[in-house]
Amino acid sequence: MPPQRSTVRVRIHPLGDTALLAELGTRLDTAINTRAIALAGALKKRRDVRQAVVGAASVTVRFDPEQITHDALAAAIRRLATKRPPVEEPGRLHRIPVVYDGPDLDAVASRLGLTRQEIVELHARPIYRVFLVGFVPGWAYLGPLPDELGLPRRPVPRTHVPAGSVAIAGQQTGIYPLDTPGGWHLIGRTSVRLFLPDSDPPSLFRAGDRVKFFATHE
Amino acid sequence: MTEVLRVDEPGLFTTIQDLGRPHAISSGVPPGGAMDRFAHSAANLLLGNDRGAAALECTLVGPHLVAERPCTVAITGADLDPRVNGAQAPMWGAISLRAGDEVTLGPRRGGARAYLAVAGGVVGDRWLGSMSTNVMAARGGMHGRPLTRGDLISAGEPVAPPVARDGFTPDALPRYADHTLRVIAGPHERHLSPGSREALFKSAFTLSPNSNRMGYRLEGPRLEVSGEEVLSFGLVAGALQVPAGGMPILLMADHQTAGGYPVVATVASAWMPVAAQLAPGDEVRFAETSIEAALEMRAAQRDALESLTS
Repeated sequence: MPPQRSTVRVRIHPLGDTALLAELGTRLDTAINTRAIALAGALKKRRDVRQAVVGAASVTVRFDPEQITHDALAAAIRRLATKRPPVEEPGRLHRIPVVYDGPDLDAVASRLGLTRQEIVELHARPIYRVFLVGFVPGWAYLGPLPDELGLPRRPVPRTHVPAGSVAIAGQQTGIYPLDTPGGWHLIGRTSVRLFLPDSDPPSLFRAGDRVKFFATHE
Repeated sequence: MTEVLRVDEPGLFTTIQDLGRPHAISSGVPPGGAMDRFAHSAANLLLGNDRGAAALECTLVGPHLVAERPCTVAITGADLDPRVNGAQAPMWGAISLRAGDEVTLGPRRGGARAYLAVAGGVVGDRWLGSMSTNVMAARGGMHGRPLTRGDLISAGEPVAPPVARDGFTPDALPRYADHTLRVIAGPHERHLSPGSREALFKSAFTLSPNSNRMGYRLEGPRLEVSGEEVLSFGLVAGALQVPAGGMPILLMADHQTAGGYPVVATVASAWMPVAAQLAPGDEVRFAETSIEAALEMRAAQRDALESLTS
């Protein structure tokens, strides 16, 4: 079988003089994210690359400008991105117990015209993908969320969201790893710890992992 | 490793910082490290340390320290009126201390962050490959927190003799007095309305009181960005992020590692030391530059630092 050529168009933008952003797409899409993870993996092997951080549909690359120019690295990224990504190993599967009693559950149910039970069933049904880890230590953007649960973020973020809160917004779901401010809708909580400061890496989830929620009572 | 300095007064916010833990970004952990890498590296190199050794980062109001035993220190960055036993002490050079000598840094006279390095390098808790203090995770440096009264600061064995004081020419310093930060436009410059693009490059912004090592909130004209969604992506220090409210945030060393707000411009690496020396209430402006011009300035700073080691 001849190697499959990609139709992915890579858009590369400078991010200052020592980094660039390689965008592989503009949608939350598992195939694009898989390509981003493969591209980041290939870039990390280069001596002129300091870090390659996976985004939902992009890779942020910090490079050593004494070893390579922005333009030369951009050309190398375009070549790498047209290669067929390796067959992806399924990411590790995490099963996360959730008590679905979040402070926004009733408001979410009424806005979506669903019952509390329907929200729980819809949220716990898919196996989500970890699109990226970031924002705060241990936070992971999980998705795609079932369309029936799509809601914009809260117009005014909460100043304090307790660690362990399970939340939804847009096409994504996530778990707050630390007590932080946050604008997502809180539908439940889990006792699983996502930020493990005394482990290396200190995050339970990695980009490409899979996550299944299940309902529990305390 | 020996205890070399005792903390009599901690100052406003004094932390142990090296060059951070960039590899931890993939776990959502801020890279951290010294805000002004030029001043931090210079302080270390002046003492014969590795440029990435840990040192004290003293913010706005500096600490009072007492030497527990003879040691050599160097103070760089912001002018916090450094004194030894009450007499004015030189900056950007090695200072020999005898046991009992008092090093005091006071309120700022210029800049925001002074660096105090110790020959042999400050030694703190190592977390994820770095001694930098991460207050949110309560790890690294002095047990993950700023210094407090009574702390004892340890240093390693000096590896090389201090550099001669005249080894540094002041004109090699970053242009600290010029508060117009040079930026490379993008990646999401196209999200700015034309009027806001003009406002970004023609207006003065003021650092709000809510500015810290994570980022600077900038008060000024509100910047309009289109509502087009940006999928979450990896961020870097220097990124100028514009949230929906239109009040830009300049991300600094302890920045969030990913976000979904448009980044309309990124400060050139050679201007980050200048950004690091801004304090709440200071005015800042932005001017576009090219990658080539930014790299020239970066190379000049590298040469200035390398001149300290030759």
